[in-house]
Amino acid sequence: MNVHEYQAKALFREYGVAVPDGELATNAEEARSAAQRLGGDVTVVKAQVHAGGRGKGGGIKLAHSPEEAGQHAETMIGMTLVTKQTGAEGKKVRKVYVEGGCDIERELYLAITLDRESERFAVIASTEGGMDIEEVAESTPEKIHNVLVDPVAGLSSWQGRALGFRLDFDGDQVKRFDQFLGGLFRLFVEKDASLIEINPLVVTSEGNLLALDGKLNFDDNALFRHPEIAALRDPEEENFLERTAAEMDFSYVSLDGNIGCMVNGAGLAMATLDMISQAGGSPANFLDVGGDADKTRIENAFKLILQDEDVQGILVNIFGGIVRCDLIAEGVVAATQSVGLSVPLVVRLQGTNAEEGRRILAESSLDIDSAETLQDAADRAVAVVGQGN
Amino acid sequence: MSILCDKSTKVLVQGMGRTGRFHAGLSIEYGTKIVGGVHPGKGGSEIEGVPIYNTVEQAVAATGADASVIFVPPGGAADAILEAAHGGLRLAVCITEGIPAADMARTKVQIADSGMLLIGPNCPGVVTPEQCRIGIMPAAITKPGPIGVVSRSGTLTYEAVDQLTRLGMGQSTCLGIGGDSVVGSTFVDVLAMFEADPQTEAVVMIGEIGGSAEEKAAQFVKDKMSKPVVAFIAGQNAPPGKRMGHAGAIISGGKGAAADKIEALQAAGVAVSHSPADIGSTMKTVRG
Repeated sequence: MNVHEYQAKALFREYGVAVPDGELATNAEEARSAAQRLGGDVTVVKAQVHAGGRGKGGGIKLAHSPEEAGQHAETMIGMTLVTKQTGAEGKKVRKVYVEGGCDIERELYLAITLDRESERFAVIASTEGGMDIEEVAESTPEKIHNVLVDPVAGLSSWQGRALGFRLDFDGDQVKRFDQFLGGLFRLFVEKDASLIEINPLVVTSEGNLLALDGKLNFDDNALFRHPEIAALRDPEEENFLERTAAEMDFSYVSLDGNIGCMVNGAGLAMATLDMISQAGGSPANFLDVGGDADKTRIENAFKLILQDEDVQGILVNIFGGIVRCDLIAEGVVAATQSVGLSVPLVVRLQGTNAEEGRRILAESSLDIDSAETLQDAADRAVAVVGQGN
Repeated sequence: MSILCDKSTKVLVQGMGRTGRFHAGLSIEYGTKIVGGVHPGKGGSEIEGVPIYNTVEQAVAATGADASVIFVPPGGAADAILEAAHGGLRLAVCITEGIPAADMARTKVQIADSGMLLIGPNCPGVVTPEQCRIGIMPAAITKPGPIGVVSRSGTLTYEAVDQLTRLGMGQSTCLGIGGDSVVGSTFVDVLAMFEADPQTEAVVMIGEIGGSAEEKAAQFVKDKMSKPVVAFIAGQNAPPGKRMGHAGAIISGGKGAAADKIEALQAAGVAVSHSPADIGSTMKTVRG
């Protein structure tokens, strides 16, 4: 789960990780008065959306007076911000974060994540802050410093110090960096974050360390033990269909095509998308209805898929292992009738009681195209959508 | 021969809730020696004819169990794995989906020296055809034979096993290693077991996007394996940055894409089936 910068920074503060003073604003007047309270020569108005690269898209602006901060907020709130992380459709800006300015001496990069390769926590730091870290890793890998941390033992102070010296901090700054990193690491572990990224981490002209930006992702699997983190979810940032799917407890990803997919099992669902693409079609979604798909779940899945206006045909692909295909077939027939299916339907049942399931579909008098093999199913789904055009 | 379990394996069930009971019943029907259940607070009772113990330690002392299948919910599953390791079991298969990744990272370090092999979590389990079923797989689609099957997914594994069985190629062991980003045993671990197993003549490996387990497997095949390997990688058209159902199935920071995995496997001499419908027939071709 992703959170906004202002939410990340509130958590940073809680863990003693220094951030600039700032206030959230939802309109121009709030932004103006926030800038007034923050004082100083300059404030920064930052669009709050779940995407990086905001600066280039016009989502981060300097203001030299409270009035100017208000004007920036006026422009930003309600605009659709397009960055390289939002995709072409962009993200609507609903609030801005107004932050005090600071004199920057150096910009660095600092991140913590769970490294899949080593199955350790990884602290990643670089002297090249404020830049695209993947580009830095590509062009100057020697400027990226990695520290792997044993997940049981945790981060030791010497690791923070050693990293500090590699980042060219002097003695005093190394102590500050060690504390800064310590707080961040505690946040990472205690709240089950999956990624903390600060880019840039700045050293001010007074020598203080400040997190100027903050990206924070959490492990969805751990949200059950952090209700305070789960409460930070901003549904407005999520795709409507994906949000609806989450409410129905489906694993769902919205895609660009026109063939709606309903599959049991994540691996088979991915493979079904692959087959559709190889057959020359384009899937509208990834949807895993789960191993215990009953009539209600199948009905919900149909409802969900049909909410996607791009869908011109549906492919149901079920491998009956423990779940019996005849029961699935009955569920499909009942659901098709109750939701009033308006697009062509191809159903492929394989595994336990598959023949019985296919017989139920055939005898249903509904217009269901029943396929036996994976290949046949994908070909037919692509064909029925083709006819619709 | 089986790589993980056979007729003589004595299996405990940790977590005798609805799913645990249901699958314990199916495993018993299949002929698996389910010798006990562990459910704290219900020790001394019986569920579905299976004697229940409060702790793994007590269950092992009473039954001589050497393996365990874990159905404990996500919040307690990592703890159940630690208890299994402490109880001296040789094998634990964790079915539970949704365990926090950090819990698994810690658990792996903690069980590293226990001598217990962990399969999963978030996996369908292990079947040795006509001998032993640990987990939730539909064992009826398997039949004994020379092909080892290892996968990161569930139903896609059944799909592949079904194809093999229909084409007359039975299996030595079928198992899922799990769809999470941190799992107990990796493709490399299982490939090594298949390579050493005299019954296994060839291996089907079903990978997916995310992480680099398939690339490491490719290196292992190249360096250490004499037996032919057929592979399929799911998620060839998955968009970057999106989690495709499994916690571990995500292309992130440009890493973990299917194309890279397929390239690595092909370079290692693995026959990669581009369609999930052709996994069985690709194996048939490889075996000539």
